[in-house]
Amino acid sequence: MPETTRLRVNGSERSIEADPATPLLTVLRGPLGLTGTHFGCGANQCGACNVLIDGQAVASCDTPLWAAAGKDITTLEGLGTPERPHPLQAAFIAEQAMQCGYCISGILISAAALLRRNPDPSEAEVRAALDRNLCRCGAHNRIVRAVLRAATEGRPS
Amino acid sequence: MSTSGRAGGAGAAPAGFHVHDTGTGLPGNLQVNPRLSKWLRFRGDGAVEVFCGKVEIGQGILTAIAQIVADELDLDLARVRMVPASTALSPNEGVTSGSFSVEHSGSALRYACAEARALFLDAAAQRLGVAAASLTVQGDGTIVGPGNLRTSYWELGDLNLLDRDATAKVPPKPASARQVAGTAALRIDIPDKVFGRSRFVHDLALPGILQGRILRPPSPGATLTVLDDAKAKEVPGVVAVARNGSFAGIVAETEQAAAAGLKALAGGAQWQAGEPLPDEAGLRAWLKSQPVETTSINVRDAAAPAAKARTVRREYMRPYIAHASMAPSCAIAQWSAGGLRVWTHSQGIFNLRAELALIFPLAPERIVVEHAEGAGCYGHNGADDVALEAALLARAVDGRPVRLLWSREDEMAWAPVGACQAMDLEADLDAKGDIVGWRHDVWGNGHVSRPGRGKTPTLHAAWQLAKPFPRTPAINPPVSGGGGSERNATPLYDFPAWRITNHRLLTMPIRTSSLRTLGAFANVFAIESFMEELAVERDEDSVEFRLRHVKDPRARAVIEAAAQRAGWAGWQKREGAGHGIGFARYKNAGAYCAAIAEVETDPDIRVRRIVLAVDVGEVINPDGVINQIEGGAVQATSWVLKEAVRFDRERITSDTWETYPILRFSEVPAVEVDLIARPEEKAMGAGEAAHGPVAGAIANAVYDALGVRVRDLPITRERIIATG
Repeated sequence: MPETTRLRVNGSERSIEADPATPLLTVLRGPLGLTGTHFGCGANQCGACNVLIDGQAVASCDTPLWAAAGKDITTLEGLGTPERPHPLQAAFIAEQAMQCGYCISGILISAAALLRRNPDPSEAEVRAALDRNLCRCGAHNRIVRAVLRAATEGRPS
Repeated sequence: MSTSGRAGGAGAAPAGFHVHDTGTGLPGNLQVNPRLSKWLRFRGDGAVEVFCGKVEIGQGILTAIAQIVADELDLDLARVRMVPASTALSPNEGVTSGSFSVEHSGSALRYACAEARALFLDAAAQRLGVAAASLTVQGDGTIVGPGNLRTSYWELGDLNLLDRDATAKVPPKPASARQVAGTAALRIDIPDKVFGRSRFVHDLALPGILQGRILRPPSPGATLTVLDDAKAKEVPGVVAVARNGSFAGIVAETEQAAAAGLKALAGGAQWQAGEPLPDEAGLRAWLKSQPVETTSINVRDAAAPAAKARTVRREYMRPYIAHASMAPSCAIAQWSAGGLRVWTHSQGIFNLRAELALIFPLAPERIVVEHAEGAGCYGHNGADDVALEAALLARAVDGRPVRLLWSREDEMAWAPVGACQAMDLEADLDAKGDIVGWRHDVWGNGHVSRPGRGKTPTLHAAWQLAKPFPRTPAINPPVSGGGGSERNATPLYDFPAWRITNHRLLTMPIRTSSLRTLGAFANVFAIESFMEELAVERDEDSVEFRLRHVKDPRARAVIEAAAQRAGWAGWQKREGAGHGIGFARYKNAGAYCAAIAEVETDPDIRVRRIVLAVDVGEVINPDGVINQIEGGAVQATSWVLKEAVRFDRERITSDTWETYPILRFSEVPAVEVDLIARPEEKAMGAGEAAHGPVAGAIANAVYDALGVRVRDLPITRERIIATG
């Protein structure tokens, strides 16, 4: 049965009228129109749908709406804008760190969560942090370089 | 279909498969679309719109084409606007496949733009009353003459100067004068993708859109005998149940309602089993027991046959491999009084339209197929199937658009897969151990079931209809286009005699179609493994052995460059580590690539480093080429170490990422690419160059490390134990 759920999405308070069991991904892409987050598998196995929930990278495809109630959610659209890009977004452009780009939304989110908890990661730490995100085009090494670049350039000098 | 001499049509037009030479002598796809206005249009708002029939699949083609256009028109790259491909607007450029896009579409646009620039300068000269030769074009499209006289492409855009056929008489710029093509321009689609602006068909929001799901049979080819849809129709939000023969599906207001409706529908379905799948454990024997069409692909006879002292024979194998695209296939379809409109990530929008026209049936002019991007696709995946299925679902509702997004399981188990292939190789050696004869036989399904290639539709649902189209086994493209199963089966090495033979299966219990490189991945794996086995037997260095057998200077250059960069000669042998080399020229007519892999066995096989040297002729975007080679090397590593479609006698069982694992970030090797620039040579595609050489290099490195020769892919720990 539809109920009202309150969330904070990309800094705005949102009120959603939906069955609380609805996957968060469906709510983001549907009523909230945030299509930057992508469906990949529906089973938390590929990372394409990752969003930040209170700073943690979480698969939104198998997170029910009720579990996100009252939480702070950041999607790719909330990470930065062309005018004020997140250091990761700038670095992914500089490194041309993708091929098709379908997985990139979830990877940027996983990387953002990593840099929050570890602003100066090693290459191995970046790979470990992204190990649950799949990329089929083989852009992995560019992606790792971009995350390391963002860590360097995003650091206050 | 027998040719002699160097295989793969080297020296002949490599374009035979895609381009029909109508005798116009025009370059690339201008041959089939000569009208200049079909390719570009200058807009009053200061941009040139480019209508390119090739589509973006993550390979950066739109950027490469835009670079060519910017260069020939003397425009800033930002002034070039690539219009999404549509059957209503774009030139018919066939399918985006085979690494032909730069060659066929790029060359067409290069000549079209050179001619357009000349036409505009002539018109500007008339308007300004000066000589055309005195005019220059600025990056913003301003045309400047003596005494600061000015006009622009945009002012002259209304003169319909491009309503004429191309002549190709205006020569494009020489390589030395290009300023944009040849540079690592930033990809034009990447900003949208990092800021989450919609580019994917999955993200299109059309008013009134409905969501579909389709009912899958328990096994391929099963027949739907009973369908009670009463319970499905009671599910809240379900709008319609569509059925046509064994095709059935749900249309609902939301994805959740569609999923719930599907569950109810499945409960009301009864099926009659279809053709059983082969025994996974006995694939080689199964391939050889099937009816086949045998074709002699290439025969070379020695001028003076040498005496054969003995023959070495080896058997190699690759499994079925899945596309496993990151996004499940998706399409939107909408019917109206005017006909059918489809939004799709198909690689061939005109071929898809032709098949839809045949199936419904409908005049092709009443169908518009629009392209929007999907996830990276590596050949013929589910993109075309889902478009027909969406159209069938949309027929059950009254004019509202229906979006069909496959599930992950649909994508893994119901998209066509790359064909499993057995290869038997034999080398005749003379008394000194030199190779005097070579035989390579291939068994497997064909590699092409793409729409528009056969006489009848190949879209999956077309085989399920109440009046079904025949389920035909996959075919192979002609040898002149690089072939399919036999692609790269003819070695590039200078052996005095060879016989290359293909045995195409005439049964197809597991549906196969084009997957990146078609047969080349497996054939190069086999050839390069066998070469290494022969080199080891002679105790000869792998690089020297290859160089001794190849005269083509461009082939030698990539082998030498890779060896140099990898430090081949200085390799220190150590416990649990090994290195190996692989080489091929894609299709024997495309890009040259040599790969050196370094592996460790601790105890799983880890590929630590891959060094590649590549020659793709003219390079339009160096970073784009390197990105394709890096990606190809990583994907090939995944195929070699991990991937095999799994199945029981009824269905494909590897239908999740857990049951079909691919290479992860922590497992990806370091990849270094040495790009050999040849600006005066023909541009060749880079997307398929690395796979075969990398497969050979890894297999040879594993042997170097462990002394175990794995001839059946994938090279897993279990296989190594079973082989050793």
